[in-house]
Amino acid sequence: MSASTLTPERPQTETPSRPAVASRTRLLVGLLGLTFVVVALGLASLAIGSKPIALGTVWEVLFDNDGSDAAIIVHELRIPRTLLGILVGCALGMAGALMQGHTRNPLADPGLLGVTAGASIAVVAAIKFLGVSDPLGYVWFAMAGAVIASVVVFAIGSGASRAPSPLSLVLAGSAVTALLLSFTTAMLVNDTVTINHYRFWIVGSLAGRDMSVVAQVAPFLILGAIVALAHTGALNLLSLGDDVARGLGQHVGRARVVGLLATMLLTGAATAACGPIAFLGLVVPHLARMITGPDYRFLMPYAGFFGAILLLLADIIGRVVARPGELQVGIVLAVIGGPFFIALVRRRRLSSL
Amino acid sequence: MTVLAEPQTAFVARHLTIRTRVASGRVPVRAVAVVLAGLLTLVVVFAWSIGTGDYVISIPDVLAVLAGNGDPAQEFVIEELRLPRAVVGLVVGASLGLSGALFQTFARNPLASPDMLGVTDGAAVGAVFVIVMGSSGGTLATGVNSLGVTSAALAGALLAAAGLYLLAWRRGIDGTRLVLVGVGLSAILTAAVSWMLSKAVIWDVPAALVWLSGSLVGRGWHEAMPAIWALVVLGPLALVLTATLRALQLGDDTARGLGVRLQLAQAGVLLVAVGLAAFAVSAAGPIDFVAFVVPQIALRLVGGSRPPLIASAVFGALLVLLADTVTRAVLPYELPVGVVTAILGAPYLLWLLIRTNRKVSA
Repeated sequence: MSASTLTPERPQTETPSRPAVASRTRLLVGLLGLTFVVVALGLASLAIGSKPIALGTVWEVLFDNDGSDAAIIVHELRIPRTLLGILVGCALGMAGALMQGHTRNPLADPGLLGVTAGASIAVVAAIKFLGVSDPLGYVWFAMAGAVIASVVVFAIGSGASRAPSPLSLVLAGSAVTALLLSFTTAMLVNDTVTINHYRFWIVGSLAGRDMSVVAQVAPFLILGAIVALAHTGALNLLSLGDDVARGLGQHVGRARVVGLLATMLLTGAATAACGPIAFLGLVVPHLARMITGPDYRFLMPYAGFFGAILLLLADIIGRVVARPGELQVGIVLAVIGGPFFIALVRRRRLSSL
Repeated sequence: MTVLAEPQTAFVARHLTIRTRVASGRVPVRAVAVVLAGLLTLVVVFAWSIGTGDYVISIPDVLAVLAGNGDPAQEFVIEELRLPRAVVGLVVGASLGLSGALFQTFARNPLASPDMLGVTDGAAVGAVFVIVMGSSGGTLATGVNSLGVTSAALAGALLAAAGLYLLAWRRGIDGTRLVLVGVGLSAILTAAVSWMLSKAVIWDVPAALVWLSGSLVGRGWHEAMPAIWALVVLGPLALVLTATLRALQLGDDTARGLGVRLQLAQAGVLLVAVGLAAFAVSAAGPIDFVAFVVPQIALRLVGGSRPPLIASAVFGALLVLLADTVTRAVLPYELPVGVVTAILGAPYLLWLLIRTNRKVSA
């Protein structure tokens, strides 16, 4: 393992007394602040859209579903969408942090476990061979594909008696992902009917999902989030390298299974609900790491909040810029998030994984 | 930062020490054997590739034509149609394999490849721009058309690479920063391609999609020549950089301590890696996955601590050529070559992984 992994933050010469990252109290206050931001964005997401609704009206109909147009729009369309945005954004942010922690690779995204590709191929197979054409029908197929793919990656990455090392996880994950995506493409070639359904799923969107989708995926997302948050101590040890972690008493194999299980639950359910939103899970942990430093006990909740905030924000912007139509959230994330991310990476000193 | 290879008890690179009166040196037996085996397979696949098609030519006939004394009809088919396509496959594969090995060593990350860092996406933006704008009419279209898809892709890739370098440069290049800037850049450029596709006239879209999936269909000497020149110039340069790479692999500080002029070395490696990828992608479109998988396969076959350059080039050429031949000869309908490279390459890498893991833990 290269030495840079173990090197602590270089002390800042100009203010030697100040720690390199924000103090624990500040980080806790920050979490509180982020909660308010999420709530505010959630309300904005209920109010903004192709039919703008005044915040006061939103507040009224939120607790009193009086059957007016505003109430129907808020309850039938915008509440499920907003809830889904918060849940999925949070899930992808955390899953990204988990994946980068377990592979110790800054390029790892939640899809690296094969989850996204597994979900994609299952959805294509469902459309092509079973004639499923309703996005709500994709959810269970996507979940099944995600589970199978990640189990395969885990099995191939592991040796006969031990859990996969970071490197073999990365390699097995990328190879399985590429293989599955190729089979997906092979199934799509010369099949315009399937392509036509599939292309709306693959872009990734929060639109058109109702409460039943939220109810289907929420248990998985919440369970995954709890496991992820409980898992942060182990991640801190694993970030020192498998051998050191083992020496400090961490059961590496068990931690790997738990962490990847949480990744699978979070990414699988998120992908099933919204399609693959690739960029988010890769970028969010880096943003969080810039503020919290490498301590996963803070990094994990920050990644969750940042994920939810970014996804909600991108979704709202997508509704505003292309009125009366919409821009898919995946495209908005890339166009606005990309330059923002580059600027941040350039300005801040990077804390390495 | 990640390591590229785990300590491998199973694959120990053995050296044969040769001492004569004139010269002495160590010959890495395993690497030489692997490269020779790869080259031999490459020759067979090359002949198979040229012989395969609607008009089948037997391998002895192919060799006769290549040696200069064959049937005139066969000569035409081979020299005008099949040979350029096979050569493009060969050169593109070798360039991508080499480029991937350089990127992975430079960033000390097996996931770093020209596909991931925006170079390929830059080429895609250039190519799709020409395909989409070329039919829009007016003076712009004339200008754009005269540029041609290949040159536009090349320009796009080189611009993206320049952007990558400039954006990542901040009192020097840091591996992690470069990689992260590349990720952001790649996301923006991909979104630009999606946007252009959504604004395009519908009958231009299939042509753009064909280019985007990477293909050797209809590639001739016109596309082959720039890529050949790039490989001829940049390939040896990559080999010259071997010693530098060996030091860079140990980390920036160690490399500096070993006497490497870091900025110069990094710029050199990046230039070569990006140049190879840019010319390859402009010739054949983005054949994903080759730059990732080939260096890793070569590493596992040869052994050692970082992707071997020559073996990566040989196996890259082999993979792309084999994939192209399989699409034409074996499959019922022609798939994009990028799809087949993954279907052939990924299981092989997975098999190597399983085998290694079993041996290490046994």
